[in-house]
Amino acid sequence: MYLYSLTLQQATGIICAINGNFSGGKTQEIAVARGKILDLLRPDENGKIQTIHSVEVFGAIRSLAQFRLTGAQKDYIVVGSDSGRIVILEYNKEKNVFDKVHQETFGKSGCRRIVPGQYLAVDPKGRAVMVGACEKQKLVYVLNRDTAARLTISSPLEAHKSHTICYSVCGVDCGFDNPLFAAIELDYSEADQDPTGQAASEAQKHLTFYELDLGLNHVSRKWSEPVDNGANMLVTVPGGADGPSGVLVCAENFVIYKNQGHPDVRAVIPRRADLPAERGVLVVSAAMHKQKTMFFFLIQTEYGDVFKVTLDHDGDNVSELKIKYFDTIPVAASICVLKLGFLFAASEFGNHGLYQFQAIGEEPDVESSSSSLMETEEGFQPVFFQPRRLKNLVRIDQVESLMPLMDMKILNLFEEETPQIFSLCGRGPRSSLRILRPGLAVSEMADSALPGQPSAVWTVKKNVSDEFDAYIVVSFTNATLVLSIGETVEEVNDSGFLGTTPSLAVSLIGDDSLMQVHPNGIRHIREDGRINEWRTPGKRSIVKVGYNRLQVVIALSGGELIYFEADMSGQLMEVEKHEMSGDVACLDIAPVPEGRQRSRFLAVGSYDNTVRILSLDPDDCLQILSVQSVSSAPESLLFLEVQASIGGDDGADHPANLFLNSGLQNGVLFRTVVDMVTGQLSDSRSRFLGLKPPKLFSISVRGRSAMLCLSSRPWLGYIHQGHFLLTPLSYQTLEFAAPFSSDQCAEGVVSVAGDALRIFMIDRLGETFNETVVPLRYTPRKFVIHPKRKLLVIIESDQGAFTAEEREAARKECFAAGGVGENGNGGADQMENGADDKDKEDPLSDEQYGYPKAESEKWVSCIRVLDPKSAKTTCLLELQDNEAAYSVCTVNFHDKEYGTLLAVGTVKGMQFWPKKNLVAGFIHIYRFVEDGKSLELLHKTQVEGVPLALCQFQGRLLAGIGPILRLYDLGKKRLLRKCENKLFPNTIISIQTYRDRIYVGDIQESFHYCKYRRDENQLYIFADDCVPRWLTASHHVDFDTMAGADKFGNVYFVRLPQDVSEEIEEDPTGGKIKWEQGKLNGAPNKVDEIVQFHVGDVVTCLQKASMIPGGSESIMYGTVMGGIGALHAFTSRDDVDFFSHLEMHMRQEHPPLCGRDHMAYRSAYFPVKDVIDGDLCEQFPTLPMDMQRKIADELDRTPAEILKKLEDARNKII
Amino acid sequence: MQASDRFNINSQLEHLQAKYVGTGHGDLSRFEWAVNIQRDSYASYIGHYPMLAYFGIAENESIGRERYNFMQKMLLPCGLPPDREDD
Repeated sequence: MYLYSLTLQQATGIICAINGNFSGGKTQEIAVARGKILDLLRPDENGKIQTIHSVEVFGAIRSLAQFRLTGAQKDYIVVGSDSGRIVILEYNKEKNVFDKVHQETFGKSGCRRIVPGQYLAVDPKGRAVMVGACEKQKLVYVLNRDTAARLTISSPLEAHKSHTICYSVCGVDCGFDNPLFAAIELDYSEADQDPTGQAASEAQKHLTFYELDLGLNHVSRKWSEPVDNGANMLVTVPGGADGPSGVLVCAENFVIYKNQGHPDVRAVIPRRADLPAERGVLVVSAAMHKQKTMFFFLIQTEYGDVFKVTLDHDGDNVSELKIKYFDTIPVAASICVLKLGFLFAASEFGNHGLYQFQAIGEEPDVESSSSSLMETEEGFQPVFFQPRRLKNLVRIDQVESLMPLMDMKILNLFEEETPQIFSLCGRGPRSSLRILRPGLAVSEMADSALPGQPSAVWTVKKNVSDEFDAYIVVSFTNATLVLSIGETVEEVNDSGFLGTTPSLAVSLIGDDSLMQVHPNGIRHIREDGRINEWRTPGKRSIVKVGYNRLQVVIALSGGELIYFEADMSGQLMEVEKHEMSGDVACLDIAPVPEGRQRSRFLAVGSYDNTVRILSLDPDDCLQILSVQSVSSAPESLLFLEVQASIGGDDGADHPANLFLNSGLQNGVLFRTVVDMVTGQLSDSRSRFLGLKPPKLFSISVRGRSAMLCLSSRPWLGYIHQGHFLLTPLSYQTLEFAAPFSSDQCAEGVVSVAGDALRIFMIDRLGETFNETVVPLRYTPRKFVIHPKRKLLVIIESDQGAFTAEEREAARKECFAAGGVGENGNGGADQMENGADDKDKEDPLSDEQYGYPKAESEKWVSCIRVLDPKSAKTTCLLELQDNEAAYSVCTVNFHDKEYGTLLAVGTVKGMQFWPKKNLVAGFIHIYRFVEDGKSLELLHKTQVEGVPLALCQFQGRLLAGIGPILRLYDLGKKRLLRKCENKLFPNTIISIQTYRDRIYVGDIQESFHYCKYRRDENQLYIFADDCVPRWLTASHHVDFDTMAGADKFGNVYFVRLPQDVSEEIEEDPTGGKIKWEQGKLNGAPNKVDEIVQFHVGDVVTCLQKASMIPGGSESIMYGTVMGGIGALHAFTSRDDVDFFSHLEMHMRQEHPPLCGRDHMAYRSAYFPVKDVIDGDLCEQFPTLPMDMQRKIADELDRTPAEILKKLEDARNKII
Repeated sequence: MQASDRFNINSQLEHLQAKYVGTGHGDLSRFEWAVNIQRDSYASYIGHYPMLAYFGIAENESIGRERYNFMQKMLLPCGLPPDREDD
């Protein structure tokens, strides 16, 4: 079995973000690393985040930093990854790619303890960069410019110190003195040697300054001083002329200013009043903002509170450090302050936010200061505050993130054309059920009813130079309605259009006149209001029209074509006639090329299943240039120029292709390349769009021409980052559409369906899925679907949180206390409370502030029944007494008394640390009542371990309780044990069954294949895996095959060899005798690994599903970082050969951007086996044209054929 | 060092041990071995962000806190060292 791996949705979580001017000029961009993807984002003028460029690097990005050479206008990006190399990237604005400026190898690849890449620090003046590892190694590279002003990089200078753990590094701003780097270090050498533990308790973190002597080209430890043992992060303080230099050391509960030869200035970080006393406050992200006259820092704690840190200084002497409460936003992995007054917060979990500054925290608020720091016998006096609503920030945009994707099921519950993906996402109060549908999201701007059923709609401008459309013209079966577009859209009668007849086409002709084609003629409305009417000869009527701005072709009933052209004066002149052999089904004329008089091609579709290309040149007017036969009569034709290149707009090295698109009556869209000179048709590709014949319309997307196809659902064909994408829109069936442009909506679409006129816009181009969000209460763990009622049952649980009632009580108490002054830290605060009473009445949303932290042994959990159609929760059971739900399944016991029951595995008082411990485990059995909408507890059975897996099996319930697999039957008061097997190595986390086989997944030891012998009432293992796999997800593929994913980011398939499988099925003892012998402490048979692939992200769920109607199934997976991918089996040997060769060439000719070897990355833990990386293959169109040709030659194909193959492969999956 | 010594297996091992932390040797104790394994594991968790996130979800902590906890555990990953027998 060979599989094609394709990422359907790239990871949406962000691991780090930096901001800078990467494209040069004034615009600020944000570079974000999403694990193996590097993205460049930019907030546009409307404050929406746009992705400018996105590239998969096939390696784990661990850190990013930006630097700028003195006097330069542009920032470079340094990437710290698992490649054992330092990579410096420059964003190339013209080509819209990242150019690799430098790549220097310094160590082994992989995320290792002593190989640098974890930390990056740059000199604020851009003269040097330090790259550090968790332990021992630090390397410094000197950056400079050569005579041609190109960036140069030196060989590395070592700043190693063995037996030393490094927590953080940063550059120290010391103007143009020798570059300095600061690091928090901890020496463990003595603690490792001392059995008494004294050395360990005395281990002290140090802040060390490393100086790069530019003259000597040498790095030395300049200064080292003990620092608070909770220190975890360093922030550069501006120096030189801008500030006092030095660093801020963020430690647990404190922020300390330190500099060489300067006494420490320390202030406590204010605590939330409801925080348990044993918990510290740790800073997880920080940003510095510097203006001409001032600078400040924003630091965010692990609870999401943002503080503004300011320094009072006089020259180099810092007198006071102040920490003032700023606002609370969801916990971020990185925060970036942009010069335009935006704050980008890359959330750890859940949607990322773009905020605008309303104020910079000048108003009084809870503040702690170094000068008021009080030391008592128990330590420093804490300062308390109460989180409040946003005051300084306002959120203006958010970027969706599925991270973490906890569970996913692909099903067609809504009976739509394609299945929906139901995914559980998020954590704690930001959890949600997200229903994903393949396709682009659409935002509807207007929906108005029309009198009668419209058949068609057009928009026209009054003049070719107008920016916006003037009229919407709607045609009915016997009338035409004209609406003018202004402040509002209203009916007008003075437009000159004939209202008493249906219309076939309405368009701008020439520069400033309008044309209406109706069955009896052509009405030409000149700019001054004069009307010319051309009437059809005899009783014949016009059936089809093709037109562009200067040319019109009409087809009369019977099959006669008449060709008109607009002359210099704007007059429509009849040029030529041509008799076709039969009726014409559809017509289209290519748009007039820039700077030309006319377009050369006319396409005519006939009912004899052919499409013909006719010439419109004066020399061979209406002569047939080429013919193509298609599988069914064409319904609609459209010429579309596709410029598939990521290069600039000139497209010099990527000439545009002219495509003829035909919508056929059988619902297929047929796309063919038209030779620009001869009109010959070649290289056709087809795609089934829906049950209705697709109607094609030309619209504009981001200023480029795109195609809207209306079948039983609408599709959009457009160019995104160099790829032509054909994507469905998540919108209802439409009859007819036209582009729409007004001052409220620059690129919209007006459409008719039923009796409604709808105007909509297409959002967020380039996305594969659009989502509907249903919020949940706690971190969702798993869910099942009630098979008959189509309801979802979701289990949610959180550690260290309060139950809903406790939170409600605490909140009431807090608001009651708020009136009498919640803390005595500042008189100003009480004034605030008095003034903002309204704020106090509004409940604080947990989504924003997070749940208050409870002791770690507390658990909250709930079981929820949710109706996906209405997105309503019909039943929510909150578990009591620290009980948390871990597993769920539906089960039909064989006595059928209750029908479908719900089994939920729970644990009471679960504790992970310091040792895994629990009070008791339970299996709850619930009965569905009220049509499945509600649950009623039948009984609860205590078990000795954690029931992590439940599954129905032959009318009984199989439960994995720790290392025990047990079969239960339903009793009156409790579950009854029927049979068990205690021989599993660690903990059972998944059970799947098929016929009499049971496939058990162990948390640490991969799959075990079991059998149940009813006559002997025995469960036994007959086969297992020989590789230790830390399973995170599993899926049953077929009788002998299981798909699994492990904690380290690998997906693999195991299969029981055919002969062994047969032997076991035929053996009357079912291989039991052999089982009694055993092999190497394991089962007698071993499964073979048949597929192995490193995804590079922890896979949390696997499922077999087909995303296209009638398509073959693929294995879909979801990851912790919020990515969704698919593995699709190849059906022909030729395809395997082709793609493996393409992959091989891509590996050679296009090595990954961040320096990791592609093959090594995909084989990071186990050698990759029988999987072809589609993500790498799909980078083929981004190669330069000559490289594409070279690879194509090697494969005996043309680049266009390769593109077609890639498109086909993708279309088989989604 | 003589030229022949460079190819001596022992000197090569010494070189490796100096260069790569965690390279084993004949007299490695069970404790030292475990400490190395644990430190390597923690460094790997810190380096692989999805793994940190995975732990963060399990323990309901922020990823930043998880990273800090793992760094802290690198000091004494296996508890105190055992008493030396030769003391």
